Amino acid sequence: MADAQPILPALVISPERESSRPLVQVLHDWMVTVDHKRLGLMYFSYGIVFLVIGGVEASIMRAQLAVANNHLVSPEVFNRLFTMHGTTMIFFAAMPIVFGFANYLVPLMIGARDMAFPRLNAWGFWMSALGGIILYFSFIGGFGLYGAGSAPDVGWFAYAPLTSPAFSVGHSTDYWIVGILVSGFGSIATALNVMTTILCLRCPGMKLSRMPLFVWMNSVMAALVLVAIGPLTAAQLMLLIDRYLGGHFFDTQAGGSAVIWMHFFWIFGHPEVYILVLPAFAIVSEVIPVFSRKPIFGYSIMVAATVSIGFISLGVWAHHLFTIGMTSYANAFFVASTAAIAVPTGIKIFNWVGTMWGGKIIYQVAMLFCVAFLCQFLIAGLTGIMLSAAPFDWQLGNSYFVVAHFHYVILGGIVMAVFAGTYYWYPKVIGKMMNETLGKWHFWLFVIGFHLTFDFMHIPGLLGMPRRIYTYEASRGWEIWNVIISVGVIFQAIGVLLWVANVIWSYYKGEIAGNDPWDAWTLEWHTTSPPPDYNYAEIPVIRSRRPLWDLKHPEDPDWKYE
Amino acid sequence: MYTRPTHCETANPRRLNRPAKSLLGHIASAALLSLWAVAWSGPAFASTAGPSSTPSLLNPASTPAQDIYHLSLFVMAICLGIFLVVFSLIVYAAVKYRKRPTDDGHEPPQIYGSNQVELAWTVIPILIVVVLFLAAARVIHAVEDAQFPPNAIEVTAIGHQFWWEFQYPGYGFVTANELHVPVSDLSHPTPTHIVLLSADTDHSFWVPQLAGKIDLIPNRRNEMWIDPHDVGHYVGQCAQYCGTQHAKMLLNVMVDSPEDFAKWTQQQKTPAVMSDQVIAGRKVFETNACMNCHTITGTIANGKFGPDLTHLMSRTTIAAGAAPNTQENLRLWVEQPDAIKPGCLMPAMQLDEQDLKPLVAYLMSLQ
Repeated sequence: MADAQPILPALVISPERESSRPLVQVLHDWMVTVDHKRLGLMYFSYGIVFLVIGGVEASIMRAQLAVANNHLVSPEVFNRLFTMHGTTMIFFAAMPIVFGFANYLVPLMIGARDMAFPRLNAWGFWMSALGGIILYFSFIGGFGLYGAGSAPDVGWFAYAPLTSPAFSVGHSTDYWIVGILVSGFGSIATALNVMTTILCLRCPGMKLSRMPLFVWMNSVMAALVLVAIGPLTAAQLMLLIDRYLGGHFFDTQAGGSAVIWMHFFWIFGHPEVYILVLPAFAIVSEVIPVFSRKPIFGYSIMVAATVSIGFISLGVWAHHLFTIGMTSYANAFFVASTAAIAVPTGIKIFNWVGTMWGGKIIYQVAMLFCVAFLCQFLIAGLTGIMLSAAPFDWQLGNSYFVVAHFHYVILGGIVMAVFAGTYYWYPKVIGKMMNETLGKWHFWLFVIGFHLTFDFMHIPGLLGMPRRIYTYEASRGWEIWNVIISVGVIFQAIGVLLWVANVIWSYYKGEIAGNDPWDAWTLEWHTTSPPPDYNYAEIPVIRSRRPLWDLKHPEDPDWKYE
Repeated sequence: MYTRPTHCETANPRRLNRPAKSLLGHIASAALLSLWAVAWSGPAFASTAGPSSTPSLLNPASTPAQDIYHLSLFVMAICLGIFLVVFSLIVYAAVKYRKRPTDDGHEPPQIYGSNQVELAWTVIPILIVVVLFLAAARVIHAVEDAQFPPNAIEVTAIGHQFWWEFQYPGYGFVTANELHVPVSDLSHPTPTHIVLLSADTDHSFWVPQLAGKIDLIPNRRNEMWIDPHDVGHYVGQCAQYCGTQHAKMLLNVMVDSPEDFAKWTQQQKTPAVMSDQVIAGRKVFETNACMNCHTITGTIANGKFGPDLTHLMSRTTIAAGAAPNTQENLRLWVEQPDAIKPGCLMPAMQLDEQDLKPLVAYLMSLQ
């Protein structure tokens, strides 16, 4: 090609949106929108609301557990709190947030004007939203075990037969079932949409091997959603049949199987971990290169590792079931498959470090969160390896060690990456920079709180403290650790409040960002901030993985080396 | 020593004391201590043998728990090693390659990858994974596929909301909440083989010092075994959420000397003591709903829903460990169970003082 440059169209400044429109009109616009950016923002905001609600639930639990023999909340209330906390955080905080990132960024990154199915996209969002509303309506409308009180209290994995009509006589379990069922439809719609968009709407020149890693990882996420939500939906339907149509799938008193529910749930539940963590990997894989001023180290092996994580994650679910008395052969198989997933995950961590190696790392808040992510995800992976050794899991399973482990994954990994992602893309989405000083306060308070809480949470697990107990005897020797764990929550709560404050403050007072404040390399930075409705006036044409690098460095473009 | 599959010697506790192992043990113990930085936490972590009120899995007192403990030291040592290497790399890269104020403003060299390096950090983890798998598989086999000598004690544990039923089929009696087993001398092992069943929801039997947990699942028969090496009182609790009072479904395992165990079984086999002094209380028991749920051998009370009360006073606690077994607590329990264990399935019996007093006296007589 004569012209060595990528053909990137000139910027078109989007027309100012009319600011004087009546509120009803503005709300109506948001309600009926099919724009992937607005839907992405709505997914994200919706997730944040539930993140805060779930955080409040966690804080009450920590206040209850801070001292032995506490009577702050009753056992009934405590059981509802941990059920709602788990369900909320997984289905209505984490999933909407990662879908929000995918929705907003995937079309921009592949040079598309919208998702492949904009109306399906809106439908998916509103189904997810409806699911959360149904779940929380149970506080008003549902009664729990033995007909006492409201809100589901069967645990977020709702093991049979606790969910059968004999043990859960009210309707709270039904709200739980229907809420998850409905949001599952939304998830499937969104995953289908992300997948189709990535496969069909890439701009000219963007071969699969030139997609940003963010897009690759979200495509594997979407594939996992398509595979994993099905069994969950099936299980919820069977449970509804049990509860309302006299079925006996999981009704052990009529010969049903409690173990089948466990398999159905975790065949969804373990890929779900990767559904959440792959988008976190995706964020980190974009932020680390830009702030290290180097391309991602080992692009091809990163893609291979991502795809193999996707496949292996479908064959590890029974490591949640090491204590149900499987045969030694079955246990050994799941030890092997679970430990094997550490290999591609390790490759990723090494490649991120390899990206930083030899770079010129700029410590903006987004990058600070990525470094914290690396350290914490490393520890989360290592405690995961400990738990993968089935005999060790016979001791640690369902103890506070496990609780510490998966919070390390979710908070230390996923939430840290989400924080990094907001500091990184906020200028693009809003057009203004987030406040760095507030951001650093947020970072340090949250990291200190996180380590106080979750480092020390491993210890009561080793000392025999099971999860899901509303109180414990002082003689057990767990109290001192629980005090420290609860104190950490205060720091984390302040950190999250500062973050929310920063998001709001920067919206009004932040510095104007410009199109490309980080001197980045992927396509989303080659449009205005915020992008116009149509993203790109002309569809860009690219020649390498870093089109903006090629544009900025015509003397040394990437495409010569790829 | 009772027989185990011969190709798997790790299960033999004596082998764990060989010098090669203890060196590994020392390294791993040191690693463990630094990993959690809890040297100051005192007795909770000290490897003193014998029962403790803190059910630490780092203080094992039975072969399955010891096998797991040694595996865990090995796994934690490997993980600590990986952590130190990778964490150092992250910190080194993060500090060394930070942008400095003196920076010339040029972009750093653009490196896209390195096949050799990437191959190395693929192959080395694979090797580590293989080693971990083999170590875990050995212990899985040793614990799960163990075989039992003819003198093993057979116990059937049945989980209920929110208490434990223990049947001793070899002796023909039933008790609750406090499991008595004989100590297992290494030279003359008497392991206890426990069959795990559930009467309602899922539960999990977890006494960390004695063995890993195994779930009790309705319509499913699970098994586990313990061979406690020291006499004493071991604590644990239900480890699978089973409903409102999951937290107070505590487990107490009393490991007796062979003589004490023989005495205890002898006593448990006898029917309930019949004393004329408490005949009024017995009448209250037999003419109220008590007998629908509780059994007292030798009387007409043969309910199965609640714990067997034939030898109630031989137990140190009531309500599955929720309160000490005293006269005041028994009275409170009958009068107002929610005061001790809110959400439990024992109903408040609504007895007046006239009935309550003799009833508690009767219960107190069930030695």
